[in-house]
Amino acid sequence: MSTSVLKFDNVSLSFDGVEKVLDSVSLEMNAGDTLIILGAAGTGKTVMVKIALGLLKSTSGRITLFGQDVTHFTEPQWLTIRPRIGMLFQEGGLFDSLTIEENVAYPLVNRTKMTAEQAKPKVEEALKFVELGHTLDKFPSELSGGMRRRVGIARAAVSDPDLLLYDSPTAGLDPITANRIMALIIQEREIRNATSAIISHRFQDGHMMANFRYNPESKQLERMPEDSPLRQRTRFLVMHDGRIVFEGNERELDASRDPYVSKFSMHRSIH
Amino acid sequence: MFDFLKSPTLTFQEFISLAGRATINIVRRPFHANDMMIQMDVIGVGSLPITVLIGFFSGAVMALQMSRALSQYGATGQVGQITAITLVREMGPVLTALLVAGRNASGIASELGSMKVTEQIDAMRALGTDPVKKLVTPRLLAMCCTLPLLTILADMIGIIGGFIVAVPMLRLTTTEQYWNNAWRSLEYNDIAQGLLKPLVFAYIIALVGCLYGIRTTGGTQGVGRATTQAVVVASVWIFVFTFLITRVFVNL
Repeated sequence: MSTSVLKFDNVSLSFDGVEKVLDSVSLEMNAGDTLIILGAAGTGKTVMVKIALGLLKSTSGRITLFGQDVTHFTEPQWLTIRPRIGMLFQEGGLFDSLTIEENVAYPLVNRTKMTAEQAKPKVEEALKFVELGHTLDKFPSELSGGMRRRVGIARAAVSDPDLLLYDSPTAGLDPITANRIMALIIQEREIRNATSAIISHRFQDGHMMANFRYNPESKQLERMPEDSPLRQRTRFLVMHDGRIVFEGNERELDASRDPYVSKFSMHRSIH
Repeated sequence: MFDFLKSPTLTFQEFISLAGRATINIVRRPFHANDMMIQMDVIGVGSLPITVLIGFFSGAVMALQMSRALSQYGATGQVGQITAITLVREMGPVLTALLVAGRNASGIASELGSMKVTEQIDAMRALGTDPVKKLVTPRLLAMCCTLPLLTILADMIGIIGGFIVAVPMLRLTTTEQYWNNAWRSLEYNDIAQGLLKPLVFAYIIALVGCLYGIRTTGGTQGVGRATTQAVVVASVWIFVFTFLITRVFVNL
């Protein structure tokens, strides 16, 4: 039995006590799991990861992170646990006023006692990983949307977090850039062996995560063997109106007859 | 029935809580001295030219307005006193604060508001820094350091402006009498309220700007709304507090 990383027990969130943004969501992620959260816009996907990070407070339910009950954590307590989680925000969430180097160094310099000089090798390595080693002195506004997203990935991963959350890493990007970003996320999973959750509205992203792995020798993505344990550990969630309407692996997702769920599967053309 | 009071009460509560957290952070590590220096440059040095201009003209217009009234009583010699007292007690602090509110409450609100809507404030929290400590406290401190200094400068320039109108222009009095009169009329009470006011106004401007910035919702439109609200609310509170402080000092 592997260790539990993140657990939601009937977590709900409503604003003004009326509108339920999240409705009794329960899920569990163990170390090494990959979770792909699919759903249309406004179904509570982002809200869910923000609750997992303590950026929003749930109205009811229990949240456990790394075996600790964090439901009633105060902000200072959250600040101590958040360094273990890396998060990529929807638009990257980069600080406009800082250079790319300072952006990526931010978690290292602010959380640990590292100086900017000491952080530099790690920052360079992280940026090289996302193929942006030449942008150190640039500002976020000088980069394209896809590049900003890649810097966001570098910043989320630079401090070696145990859990990586990607909020819509491919939203609004062209297919080529989107695939490149997904390849980076797969690579990140392979190298750091981190637990990752990816929010997306594209089935292809999930399909890539579930079927491909990164081969460090050939430095390319390759199809996973059928019996790969990674396959077992990749699960899909489909959200609808703040509720989880489907949970399972890719095959089960494909086989689902539910009209909403099947919109996110390969065989959506049937309906 | 009292539903309309809900939102202002909530805002007030948020303001008090933000003020408390920002103030406590002044003495808590880590200190973001660098951010504070940048803000002092933006607020203090950035407002210098306009403060000098406003100070000069408010003093000049004061002397000009008073010239007729004073000559009616044959008391034109008192022009120095009137200019000095009105400037130090009221005009200097309030006009400077209004000016800085227009420049910097809006600036702070729009900067923090844009950070909010582009998830930069969330990112900051996610990366383990307290946005109040990193963004609000440096702005509050910078404002508290620079606004009193700006006010002192505005007062000084204002008295000079009054002098230029009173002596070379209208020949109401002599140079010596003007300065003597201005200097002797100021008491500790005047100086105290003249320096307490900008300190209180600094709190209002910085925190209102930060509060409306941090609370921004609704994209770029929200940023515009937050900016306008910050300036309006800060200006109104400046007037309310100048009344309250004056009320206290009048009886001392």
